[in-house]
Amino acid sequence: MLVIENLHAEVEGEPILRGLNLEVGTGEVHAIMGPNGSGKSTLSYILSGKEDYDITQGSITYKGDNLFDMSIDERAAAGIFLAFQYPIEIPGVAAMTFLKTALNAQRITRGEDELTTPAFMKLVKEKTAALNIRPEMLRRSINVGFSGGEKKRFEILQMALLEPSLCILDETDSGLDIDALQLVAEGVNRLRSPERSMIVITHYQRLLNHIIPDRVHVLSAGKVVRSGGKELAMELEKNGYAEYEDQKINAA
Amino acid sequence: MVAVKETVEQVKEIEVDQYKYGFVTDIEMDMAPKGLNEEIIGFISAKKNEPEWMLEWRLDAYRRWLTMTEPNWAKVGYPPIDFQDLYYYAAPKSDKEGPKSLDEVDPELLRTYEKLGIPLQEQAVLAGVQGARIAVDAIFDSVSVVTTFKEELAKEGVIFCPLSEALQDHPDLVRKYLGTVVPISDNYYSALNTAVFSEGSFVYIPPGVRCPMELSTYFRINEAQTGQFERTLIIADKGSYVSYLEGCTAPMRDENQLHAAVVELIALEDAEIKYSTVQNWYPGDAEGKGGIYNFVTKRGDCRGKNSKISWTQVETGSAITWKYPSCILRGDNSIGEFYSIAISNGMQQIDSGTKMIHLGKNTKSRIISKGISAGKSSNTYRGLVSAHRKASNTRNFTQCDSLLIGDKCSAHTIPYIEAKNSSAVFEHEATTSKISDDQLFYCLQRGIGEEEAVALIVNGFCKEVLQQLPMEFAVEAQKLVGISLEGSVG
Ligand SMILES: Nc1ncnc2c1ncn2[C@@H]1O[C@H](COP(=O)(O)OP(=O)(O)O)[C@@H](O)[C@H]1O
Ligand SMILES: [Mg+2]
Repeated sequence: MLVIENLHAEVEGEPILRGLNLEVGTGEVHAIMGPNGSGKSTLSYILSGKEDYDITQGSITYKGDNLFDMSIDERAAAGIFLAFQYPIEIPGVAAMTFLKTALNAQRITRGEDELTTPAFMKLVKEKTAALNIRPEMLRRSINVGFSGGEKKRFEILQMALLEPSLCILDETDSGLDIDALQLVAEGVNRLRSPERSMIVITHYQRLLNHIIPDRVHVLSAGKVVRSGGKELAMELEKNGYAEYEDQKINAA
Repeated sequence: MVAVKETVEQVKEIEVDQYKYGFVTDIEMDMAPKGLNEEIIGFISAKKNEPEWMLEWRLDAYRRWLTMTEPNWAKVGYPPIDFQDLYYYAAPKSDKEGPKSLDEVDPELLRTYEKLGIPLQEQAVLAGVQGARIAVDAIFDSVSVVTTFKEELAKEGVIFCPLSEALQDHPDLVRKYLGTVVPISDNYYSALNTAVFSEGSFVYIPPGVRCPMELSTYFRINEAQTGQFERTLIIADKGSYVSYLEGCTAPMRDENQLHAAVVELIALEDAEIKYSTVQNWYPGDAEGKGGIYNFVTKRGDCRGKNSKISWTQVETGSAITWKYPSCILRGDNSIGEFYSIAISNGMQQIDSGTKMIHLGKNTKSRIISKGISAGKSSNTYRGLVSAHRKASNTRNFTQCDSLLIGDKCSAHTIPYIEAKNSSAVFEHEATTSKISDDQLFYCLQRGIGEEEAVALIVNGFCKEVLQQLPMEFAVEAQKLVGISLEGSVG
């Protein structure tokens, strides 16, 4: 699904990613953990195509194609989805309108027919019920005045509706209480499938009690410094990131 | 959102230029010779078979106009206009006698309206969306072509017809109200309009009547080097209500064309007038060549107690717009509202806003202005809120939001406030922002293309104003927002 090789990226001459390697197979769930500032969000933005970063070295191959040849919306239509750490507010645009515009835009890019309004409404109804989202919420402006939990649930709703092949979740657990966390994790687990890969970025181990990863990677100072099975997350929970913070200083 | 989707498709269909209405209708025209003098004015007046007082009024305006100078305080720039190099009267030839029904209208003309998407055919309107019944008066250059639903309106006592016809059939009504809101020498362009206006719509709503449908006029400039000077007069008698829509288009031409309209609204006691405009005159090409000069005087008079006048405008077209739909809040407790979306792209220049003149006690006004500038355009909000010294307990709330797309455009907010009565409470809020990269990225990451994303975000920015429009117009306006911003990003 995804192969990242020796990725180096910088912002205004300041290196952030320094030789990152990562391989995610189809149907696999990978967790990426690491101290704040290690480059986790940067990786998610580069995968989805945000233009703030200069790629100075390395390659990313997605479903066999060079990812850097694809625009942001092309990547989205090809199945890359980012659940934002800080979802963006768009005043005056109803969440429902946004969902429909996005879904149909992707369908058109893929050469499929647009969904009719009744078909779309039926689909939304199914997906919202499972995530405990009230229809009133979707009449409000995108993320404006949403609580932390509502924002994250809206991200997962979009993911459920758009049915991506590669889901990237950037600290989806941050700012959630245990009930909200459970709801979101269930939403994510429902989307696990042999055709769909996931990259779950988190600072804490607790999310990984609910979403059990196949692989865990530790990111520090812009590269993967350790990889292992799900037990690596437990170890990090116990020992913290102290030893990896040190590596950052060495790297800098 | 359907509209946003359609927008993108429509944008794709436009090959040469983004201007969707840029086609010329090939119809034989009946024209007055170029130039402006008393003879031409006499010619127009005679064509319209006007009463003597009307001709005198026109000539009076013309003589005053000769002594006036063009205003230069607006933040717009253009080469001097040669008023002698324009045609002041143009009528499609086949309409000399005036059609009595749709069958008599030149089919070529009907096709033009079809292309514009006007529900001219009553059947089409009736067969359309539930409740989407609109009475239309279509004005082509100088002449009104057809007014639909006339009989049904007449049952309620509503008069909706070309102004020239009202002068024949209801001369006393016209004489009583015409020119009472915008006096002859109000300004340079209104004086010119008074001298040479050739058509416009007339509306009278009798006491206590709620007009059973939206009334609508479509203006279209077709003939080259023709000025359009239409004059609209709307009177809502005591306790009545009317919602009126105005839409405009013009073909693409290299030279600039002048449009100098005057609109007068009069609301008597307890009456309400809602006036909505979607203005999409040709804005000129990317280098600023061609396009309409839109120099318009629109003013409403809340003449009676508890009356209300509400202006809603979506301004996307014209090379230059100079326009301040205003309210004179004369009656006690009267209310004036101004909701505006002004979009400038390319080389367009907009200087628009409103005046709320509080004369009566307890009068209230509300101004919501959304300015969007893109390309190399300039977009200025200019507004005046004033309270007369005898006007106690007046209130105004003004909100001016500007949105910039790109870094070559400009936005300006120029509010004037004159409170001569100390009990006035006038509030003003203003913001300027850019479409944020984060918002765009969020949309793009969900697979929405750049053009469509901009249209979506801008429509969100304008929502408060779009909500004020009648349903059919709101959909059209949303599409226009997208079309007018085509090419503004990337
Ligand atoms: N657009 C940017 N401009 C400047 N610095 C940035 C930008 N994006 C990220 N950085 C810097 O890169 C480093 C990694 O940030 P980030 O990827 O957000 O880390 P994480 O998500 O792991 O906490 C931080 O030092 C951050 O300040
Ligand atoms: Mg982060």
